[in-house]
Amino acid sequence: MENLVEAKALTKHFGTFEAVRGIDVEVRRGEAFGFLGPNGAGKSSTMRMISCVSGRTGGELRVLGMDPEVDGPRIRARLGVVPQLDNLDTELTVRQNLQIYGRYFGMSRARCREKAEELLEFAQLADRAEHEVEPLSGGMKRRLTIARSLVNEPELLLLDEPTTGLDPQARHLLWDRLFRLKQDGVTLIITTHYMDEAEQLCDRLVVMDGGRIAAEGSPGELIGRYSTREVLELRFPPGAEKPDLGRFAERVEVLPDRLLLYTGDGEQALAKVHEHGVQPVQSLVRRSSLEDVFLRLTGRTLVD
Amino acid sequence: METLRASWFGFERSWAWYRRNWRATAVSSFLTPVLFLLALGVGFGSQVRSTELIGGVPYLQYLAPALVVVTAVQGATFESTYPIMAQFMWQKSFIAMVSTPITPAQVLYSQVMWVGTQLTLRAVVFVGVAALLGAAAGPGILLAIPLAALAGLAFSAPLMAYSATLEKPDAFTNIFRFVLMPMTLFTGAFFPVSQLPDWLLPLVWLTPAWHGIELARGATFGTLDLLPALGHIAYLGVLVVVGVVLGVKFFHRRLAV
Repeated sequence: MENLVEAKALTKHFGTFEAVRGIDVEVRRGEAFGFLGPNGAGKSSTMRMISCVSGRTGGELRVLGMDPEVDGPRIRARLGVVPQLDNLDTELTVRQNLQIYGRYFGMSRARCREKAEELLEFAQLADRAEHEVEPLSGGMKRRLTIARSLVNEPELLLLDEPTTGLDPQARHLLWDRLFRLKQDGVTLIITTHYMDEAEQLCDRLVVMDGGRIAAEGSPGELIGRYSTREVLELRFPPGAEKPDLGRFAERVEVLPDRLLLYTGDGEQALAKVHEHGVQPVQSLVRRSSLEDVFLRLTGRTLVD
Repeated sequence: METLRASWFGFERSWAWYRRNWRATAVSSFLTPVLFLLALGVGFGSQVRSTELIGGVPYLQYLAPALVVVTAVQGATFESTYPIMAQFMWQKSFIAMVSTPITPAQVLYSQVMWVGTQLTLRAVVFVGVAALLGAAAGPGILLAIPLAALAGLAFSAPLMAYSATLEKPDAFTNIFRFVLMPMTLFTGAFFPVSQLPDWLLPLVWLTPAWHGIELARGATFGTLDLLPALGHIAYLGVLVVVGVVLGVKFFHRRLAV
């Protein structure tokens, strides 16, 4: 299978700070690939190197089969980039934003007009075409940013924290648009610190922490490898001493306010805990998620 | 060729913005210089006796070509400070541009093109108004338009480079107060620099405004000799080139991280 991105021992330093400390990544054509990790894990620095904006400090990197150091503009011509912070031209109209961005790629004015029309539909912003961007909602701006990144019909779309700061409804609307792109064969690379987003969107992902890759696989594989089928969450009053329940689960994680019991059967474990006379304030049985994978790998939760 | 094309697309963005927002900038770019011409040229100038030192011409006509240059230098200062910082930090439009095939250097070129265009526009309007007010001594004042734009760019290019290094706009206030203000008042626009103390002259010679004013006034009254003219143009040209070279460096440092 053809790889659109290949990184070997890739590093990025800012002065003495090592943001990315030697990562190996391969992104295949047609897949949705994720970088999951907390803030400061090195996801954005990696994305900026892949988007051929920021040079690498060391290691190897090929994007679309080319070296970003040599062919930056040629690669960027075939990429779509959705930055973490919106950088739309807020004093121009929605339509102008799309058209002007198309011109940056050297497209003819007629082609830009045509493409803008199409993308207004895609972003569900056709009725706002002549409005200035500034007063639009966060979700609309985000959709416009994504639409804008598609103006050159990119083979590879890079999305850095695409739904951070959006309300649930806006997030789902956005995910729907991204699914559609995936269906159309666009390769996606997504960074996120939301595990549900990674689970929803990514075929394959790497968990990043402290500039390194902690694990790699599909969401299902990672959960299978690093967690149990179910998790029993027991909440205790703040400050209360938590009982030792190690014998009821394969593994127990102690969080400030909760105990997480990793087990194949959560209900059964809960029954045993009750039999034992332990009375938590609240109990919950759920499926394992990438959050649990991350906790297992790093000993920390994703969103602090 | 590719560079010119890419820079042109960046220029188009600025032009699209200007078409929507020019009214907001019209007062500072067109009205203010005209008010200066009316107050100091027509009003104050009526009380000023023409002397040998100012070439024996009416003060209004003496002032007009120099004010074209002052207008351009002032415009250059405004356009090369806050708008540049805004596009790095607040609007982030430069950040958006370098995600496309456009390079940081081409972003800078697009801005130099844009500022140059705006300065030329301002100078054209100003000369038009000056002609209507009888402040134009002759057709030579038309040459003041490109010369003023050159002097403006000679200040703009290094200033843009400097703006690209800043994280907050505080330094701009000092540039307006301690560089632009004296450069407006003491570089020969309102009175000949020979009236200044000798020790100050080397400082005056460093300013792009003085070279621009010498050129514009000399062209207007036909008193310009070839050699000094070439000298002034060369100095301004060097400032533009140095500014652009530094600008490329600092824009790259700021955008390619």
